[in-house]
Amino acid sequence: MQCDVCQSKEATVFLTQIVDGKMQKVNLCEACSKEKGVNDPTGFALADLLLGFGASQEIEKSPAALKCGVCGFTQADFKKTGRLGCSHCYEVFAEGIEPMLKNMHKGTTHTGKAPVAYRAARVHGEKIKSLQANLSKAIESEEFELAANLRDQIKQVETELPK
Amino acid sequence: MKFSRIIANSGEWLSGDGPNRQIVVSSRVRLARNLSKKPFPGWAKKAERLEVVKLVKDAVEHLPEMSESYSENLETLSSLEKQVLVERHLISREHAAKGVGSAVVMNAPQSLSVMINEEDHLRMQAICCGLQLDKVYEMINRVDSELEEVLDFAFDSRLGYLTACPSNVGTGMRASAMLHLPGLVMSDQINKIINSVNKIGLAVRGLHGEGTEAMGNLFQVSNQTTLGEAEEEIIGRLNRVIEQIIEHEQNARALLAQRKPITLHDQVGRAYGLLSQAYSMSSKEALNLLSIIKLGIDLCVFPDAHRFPIDELFIETQPAHLQKGAQTQKMSSEERDALRATIIRAKLLQVPQPDIDRLKIPTSATNEKK
Repeated sequence: MQCDVCQSKEATVFLTQIVDGKMQKVNLCEACSKEKGVNDPTGFALADLLLGFGASQEIEKSPAALKCGVCGFTQADFKKTGRLGCSHCYEVFAEGIEPMLKNMHKGTTHTGKAPVAYRAARVHGEKIKSLQANLSKAIESEEFELAANLRDQIKQVETELPK
Repeated sequence: MKFSRIIANSGEWLSGDGPNRQIVVSSRVRLARNLSKKPFPGWAKKAERLEVVKLVKDAVEHLPEMSESYSENLETLSSLEKQVLVERHLISREHAAKGVGSAVVMNAPQSLSVMINEEDHLRMQAICCGLQLDKVYEMINRVDSELEEVLDFAFDSRLGYLTACPSNVGTGMRASAMLHLPGLVMSDQINKIINSVNKIGLAVRGLHGEGTEAMGNLFQVSNQTTLGEAEEEIIGRLNRVIEQIIEHEQNARALLAQRKPITLHDQVGRAYGLLSQAYSMSSKEALNLLSIIKLGIDLCVFPDAHRFPIDELFIETQPAHLQKGAQTQKMSSEERDALRATIIRAKLLQVPQPDIDRLKIPTSATNEKK
């Protein structure tokens, strides 16, 4: 039996865990089991491990014949390499990639640095959002003069859309 | 600039100075970037890769940081030269395996290097000595901002920078520090530390990154995740963990000196004896013994003046550096082991015998930092 992680070496460590009444099994070779900390049962979360490769199967669930229109990359290629073909693939395979990212990372939304053009768009978007929030508040409290004013402001800001 | 010239000097990160220099050998930050809508290097055809190299290389060479730089297509480098760059941490092992359609650009002090068409179109890194991840990030962030003006980077407003492997998406950043932890290894605490660091989402790896063995008591600690946290948050988290590891290492050293002085003296004495007398030495043995000498310098058993020559041996005794220095036909591993021992003996001749009476434990990590 092959190791579920590296898919190359013979599995020698077999783990079974019952999560939510479902039995889950993992087969690992010695090297991978060490790497995943399976030799230290207290510090080992099978769930994480499972979610980790659940991810690669997740992508198979999305419609079978998906193919990137920009670079011609297919799901089968992803399964084989674990890499994507081009930046556009992230849109094409979004459905499969999403759960993978969720398991791999701390969050699913980028909060760090952005290129200048996007930073401007981000600020712009936030500005409109806050104006709209103020507008609904004004309508709710029946301050119609303020609301009209805010509506004009939103219109104005929307025309200033950054390139 | 020629390969021989850039390689003549050791990199700034080795010879320089920085906070917590004794335990933190170097700090490094790398950013992964790709050009929008162009196939990633692993999927691109040769012509497409060559086009990306031309575009990116031109942009990188024109950076003010690269006014004095070394820039080369990988197919023009011999495998030995590529290995030398790997041993200096300037390119990755994966990049060294590439040829036509990949390139590397680095500045003269070897503190900045850009790999073109590694796994991503651009993998750029800054490296500095000691614990200064903030500074290193600032260096590479500036390069990124400058390149962004001339290159169209693949970016998604929700997912951030898009990378060939989903594990790098978001910031595309891997920040890491190379730590020298002989105290934790000798006191058998290192696995405990590695396990707990792993649990909080950071990775601990060997000398040359992913999948490499820990030699010379050197460990690389880096962030594992790249999406959902801003760059500064990731670096802040890493900094806090590294500071704790430094403290544990200092404590382990102090405990060894107090409770097991004989073991400690014995290890230092043996390392000195072997290094100064051996006529054949493998790379792994050399690193492990040099690590003990380095510890000896930290503990004042050897004069501090020998710190740099010893640190240099860590790099100079690596296989490709030896072969490069020999300038003869390809050496067999026996010949390399002999040459390595000769070089080490010559350098150890300058280092006086260990003076155990001078053994001193630095008071605490926090004092050193300030």
